[in-house]
Amino acid sequence: MGPILQLKGVTRQFGGLLALNDVSFDLQPGEIVGLIGPNGAGKTTLVNMVTAVYSLTKGKIFFEGKQINGMKPHEISRMGIARTFQMVQPFPKMTVLENVAAGALFAGGVKTLAKAKEQAMEHLQFVRLADFAQSSASALTLADRKRLELAKSLAMNPRLLLLDEVNAGLSNVEINRAMELIRSLVERGITILLIEHLMKVVLALCSRVIVLHHGQLIAEGVSTEVVRDPRVVEAYLGSRFVKRQQKGKGYA
Amino acid sequence: MLIAQILVNGLVLGGLYACIAVGFSLVWGVLNVINLLHGSFIVIGSYAAYFAYIHLGIHPFLSVPIAAAILFVIGYSFQAGFINRVVAAPVLTTLTLTFGLELFVNNLLIIAFKADYRKVTLENPLGVLTLAGITVPVDRLAAMVMALLLTGLLFWVLNASRVGRAIVAVRMDREAAALMGVKVKKIYALTFGIGAVMAGAAGSLISLIYPISPLNSITFLGKAFVICVLGGLGSVLGAMVGGLTLGVLESFGALAFGPEHAVTLSFITLILFLLFRPTGIMGKKGYE
Amino acid sequence: MRRILLLLALVGVLLVPMVGNNYIIRLTTIMMLYCVLALSWNFIGGLTGYPSFATAAFFGLGAYAGAICQGQGIPMYLAWILGALMAAVFAAGLGLAILRLRGHYFAIASLVVADVLREVVNSATKLTGGGMGFNLPVLKMGIDTQTKLFYYLMFILAILTVVSAAYVNRHRLGFGLRCIKQNEDAANMIGINATIYKTVAFTLSAVFVGWAGAFYASWVNYIEPGDVFDILFSVKPIIMVLLGRAGTISGPIIGAVIFLFMEELVWRNFLTFHAGVLGLIVVALIFYLPDGVLALNFRRLLAWRRN
Repeated sequence: MGPILQLKGVTRQFGGLLALNDVSFDLQPGEIVGLIGPNGAGKTTLVNMVTAVYSLTKGKIFFEGKQINGMKPHEISRMGIARTFQMVQPFPKMTVLENVAAGALFAGGVKTLAKAKEQAMEHLQFVRLADFAQSSASALTLADRKRLELAKSLAMNPRLLLLDEVNAGLSNVEINRAMELIRSLVERGITILLIEHLMKVVLALCSRVIVLHHGQLIAEGVSTEVVRDPRVVEAYLGSRFVKRQQKGKGYA
Repeated sequence: MLIAQILVNGLVLGGLYACIAVGFSLVWGVLNVINLLHGSFIVIGSYAAYFAYIHLGIHPFLSVPIAAAILFVIGYSFQAGFINRVVAAPVLTTLTLTFGLELFVNNLLIIAFKADYRKVTLENPLGVLTLAGITVPVDRLAAMVMALLLTGLLFWVLNASRVGRAIVAVRMDREAAALMGVKVKKIYALTFGIGAVMAGAAGSLISLIYPISPLNSITFLGKAFVICVLGGLGSVLGAMVGGLTLGVLESFGALAFGPEHAVTLSFITLILFLLFRPTGIMGKKGYE
Repeated sequence: MRRILLLLALVGVLLVPMVGNNYIIRLTTIMMLYCVLALSWNFIGGLTGYPSFATAAFFGLGAYAGAICQGQGIPMYLAWILGALMAAVFAAGLGLAILRLRGHYFAIASLVVADVLREVVNSATKLTGGGMGFNLPVLKMGIDTQTKLFYYLMFILAILTVVSAAYVNRHRLGFGLRCIKQNEDAANMIGINATIYKTVAFTLSAVFVGWAGAFYASWVNYIEPGDVFDILFSVKPIIMVLLGRAGTISGPIIGAVIFLFMEELVWRNFLTFHAGVLGLIVVALIFYLPDGVLALNFRRLLAWRRN
């Protein structure tokens, strides 16, 4: 089986700004790959290009061997790619259950609303939001909304899941729980691209890491090696981290 | 030289059209409210000029301040009393509200003034001006010049005065303006008032040219729509470009298809623009 | 409880022609016509959240299509179906063009379409009779029989509309439309083809209206452009749905009934000012009943009154 996702020379220009510049990489099925880089590096833009929110200025994207750039967002969802949003976007007037059922009913390919709701309940149990099934989606806390996003994405039955900063704004306890959830997703055979700022999460979960800086891919490889790469350290982790490393104090 | 004559006719008309639409465009652009009362505001302005002439002998051009003052009061009150409460509401709510208000006001006008068409006929008409084979009635030309002057005055106010810049700021980004200390609610009321003022002024000028009747308010509204879409929302320049374009379009359209189809032609143009170039001729939203 | 009320209402409606005079029968026919218009607008306006003002366009188109067909000798019932089809096809095409627009722009485009159609019909004098109107062949039956016949035919159309609305509401299409209304981008992202869904909703908002238009033409026997393309045919259904409650089934129906009662009352008492009173009612509706009658919490209201 070939790579599940391939980016070849992906470039995106917004007027005068080159948000992504000739980015190429492959994702193998079943991996968890981290996508890191400072703010503005182009990480979310990259996810937006894969999910067809933005079109490509140049380059190609392949999913399971098929070229997907140029398709519409709903087509891509139905092909088996799901993503979460940094700014969580629920359907505010629907219940938590309905929000997740929506994912199952459309991209997830479930035939009836009733079955979609059944499956939604299972997903809610998996992310431990089942108690909130009948609450309005707009009444949830930030942490719970992130779990709702995750449940909705899972309901879409994806083979590739793009997680965009699922841990931003969460407490330590919540982050640990999220990490467990993500690990169990991989056990289900879902390939995950994880955009993250928190190094401990990246190093704990991801076998490989891709680093973006100013829209360019500056490093790629095994996590523990990439974080020592001087270019990456310089661009992203900053001198303080380097100093701690040199004093043998480990990760922040 | 027929083409040149038609073109001039269109431009003269277009100058007036710009004045008709600029208030509407400003309110739409700044408050994001389509003021369906705009047509009736213009008609009220026309009536003000008419009665000022009939009873006090004041020339309609000189009634402009009177009409403006009356409409400012009306506009400000409507905004404070009604529009203010729905400014952040969805399109359907604001449209339905102004529709209801317009039904009410228009009916009032019909009861008060009857639906018959009236006209201001000056005792000493100013005749026509002929230049290079093109004739223009002087009162129309004068009305157009005054309309453009008023529109230009608005442009200057928006650019040069603090209040004007505040209005433009709110139009560009309401939240940012609020963060910078602009009292957005006050600006809304003021903008609506200015929109009404421009309508009243336009009505006053137009009383010499168009028949006056509450039945005409929907005609003016329709033109205002087209002008906004043609020229771009919320900017004086857009209203001018849109107005002149519509004037010329109607003139040539009347020549090609007959005057009774001029309005339909303008609506078809409206739809085409909405489909293919919704930001209007100017391309980007004008920021003055 | 609701089922019983519904059954009673149905029985009542069926009994009207037997106990009422022609005036009452005609009034109830109009009430059912209003229900059809309101439920139809609900598809695109209430469920999907796109403020369509195209109802008059569909109504007039159906009216003229049906009328012209009948003038060519096509039997009345078939002519109505053709009217419905024409309106549906037109809506599908128009939808693909203007459903890309949002908010105000969509509203204006849909509004202007009716006016353009009116002018086109006005000018195509050979086909439509233009401004002089179109006379439909008169049915060979007595007034009383005809009134009752049209009553039951309208009833059938109304039932069809209600059943379709209920079906859409409870199944996938309705769910998807509701998602689109709340967040169109998110809807696209979870696999809803918003373009197709919106176009289907828009077409649904036209098919029964077109049918009703053709029905109307046969019912009144004479139509002219200004009459069937009247902007009020676009605005009244919106008011009815807002009055009842957008997005539901009973909302538009209740709104239509209340609206008809108000309209009759106002007409009888305020002849010269009826438009003005309607306007005031609309304003009051926006301020005091923003979510419609069905959204009122009656228990809370009663408690508030006791205080």
